[in-house]
Amino acid sequence: MTDPRLLLLSPEDNILVAREPIPAGESVVVGDHLVTLAARLDRGHKIARQAIGTGEKILKYGAPIGSATQSIAIGESVHIHNIKSDYTATHVIAKPVSEANS
Amino acid sequence: MSIAMRGYPRADGRKGIRNVVAVAYLVECAHHVSREIVASARDGDVHLIGFPGCYPNAYAQQMMEKLCTHPNIGAVLLLSLGCESFNKFSLADIVEKSGRPVHTLTIQNDGGSLKTIKAGQAWVQEQLAVLRDAPTVPMAVEELIIGTVCGGSDGTSGLTGNPAVGRAFDTLVSAGATCIFEETGELIGCEEIMASRAITPELGNELRASVAKAAAYYATLGYGSFAPGNADGGLSTIEEKSMGAYAKSGSSPISGIVKPGTVPPRGGLYLMDVVPDGEVRYGFPNISDTAEIVELIASGSHMTLFVTGRGSVVGSAIAPVIKVCANPDTYRRMEDDMDVDAGRILEGAASLDEVGAEIFELIQSVAAGAQTKSEALGHREFILTYKSFEPAGPACLPS
Repeated sequence: MTDPRLLLLSPEDNILVAREPIPAGESVVVGDHLVTLAARLDRGHKIARQAIGTGEKILKYGAPIGSATQSIAIGESVHIHNIKSDYTATHVIAKPVSEANS
Repeated sequence: MSIAMRGYPRADGRKGIRNVVAVAYLVECAHHVSREIVASARDGDVHLIGFPGCYPNAYAQQMMEKLCTHPNIGAVLLLSLGCESFNKFSLADIVEKSGRPVHTLTIQNDGGSLKTIKAGQAWVQEQLAVLRDAPTVPMAVEELIIGTVCGGSDGTSGLTGNPAVGRAFDTLVSAGATCIFEETGELIGCEEIMASRAITPELGNELRASVAKAAAYYATLGYGSFAPGNADGGLSTIEEKSMGAYAKSGSSPISGIVKPGTVPPRGGLYLMDVVPDGEVRYGFPNISDTAEIVELIASGSHMTLFVTGRGSVVGSAIAPVIKVCANPDTYRRMEDDMDVDAGRILEGAASLDEVGAEIFELIQSVAAGAQTKSEALGHREFILTYKSFEPAGPACLPS
């Protein structure tokens, strides 16, 4: 039974979405696994529901939302550092420390 | 629950939910004079709109015609410098033929800034006095045209706010109303599931083609319709943002594709194709959320449902904006700007259906005259830039 703070949006998805922020170091149940979060998972952010190989599609709402750029372990954060768009690249700006996590 | 709505009847058969005096500058050089006229009438529904360019543009000309004859508009004051290429004569003629009072002031002919401001202020006050006593008639849900956009999206937008708006859209469409969703650049990745909802296979192909056009356009420009704040909020790719945005459309069949300024011919759900046709010209299709809201209004939207996760604050000239906040943390931080707290769905305090019903009820209250948060705060954003479109093909609006 997966942690109730994590949402599975569609049965075929390989990611889960945080319903609320979960602090770093917390253990969460993902399917049959107990994983410890390496970093804080903010609301609306994703973790892997299963191991995902490089180049594999990320499925959310049952639809592909991009491809893994590296292998991703179960429970690991899934975001712009390890997945990419199959259409146009994602653009972000570097922030000063004071603005981080805003 | 049914709320008694009343509208201002217009000569073309449509009804307005507001009775606004539009003050429209026809080139940036007339912007200040227009702003001064509007600023002197803060207590009335006097809204500033305009087009800054000095070069002619068929899209901008048509947009101004549609906006100045929108059902929420009661009278129009046009502000010209005098040497710009915007065709003020044909615009004034179209507004006059729509049965609305219209007056043109030309700064170069009317004595410069100060005299034009004074003349404009006097004309606006005369119109406000007339509009105050304008008659209203009963208005039904099926007469409403409702647009939707999302902006400042985050990982919660597609979980709460967008699907809740989708529920409200389903209710509106089944009641006979017209609903418009948009931004083909934010439907990239959704083309196949969207095409499967088209009422004809040919329309399905047009839906696919509109998204392919958007993908090619944005690829040429080098950036997708994706802001850094989207990533801060947990969205990783344009396709992920798209899947969340797509949920605003609900689950009704898709009846057609309209381009900005085209009013849907009958009730149902329509996609607005906002990406220009032809080679890439003039820059980004819509430089900000407001450009999309203005296009929805030009296609007849009486109001716009705006879903935000990070927290947008914009309203709009001409037509009210209902702000649906998808993220409960944002709602707590920016409650004064938000009309609907959809984020409480994530906290287990409401269901999607309940928030969808709340939005449907709020639409009727706003149509009946209740002010939205952005209206009360005086948000009346407006933007209009250069674009070019070709007419939509026959498959876009199946009869």
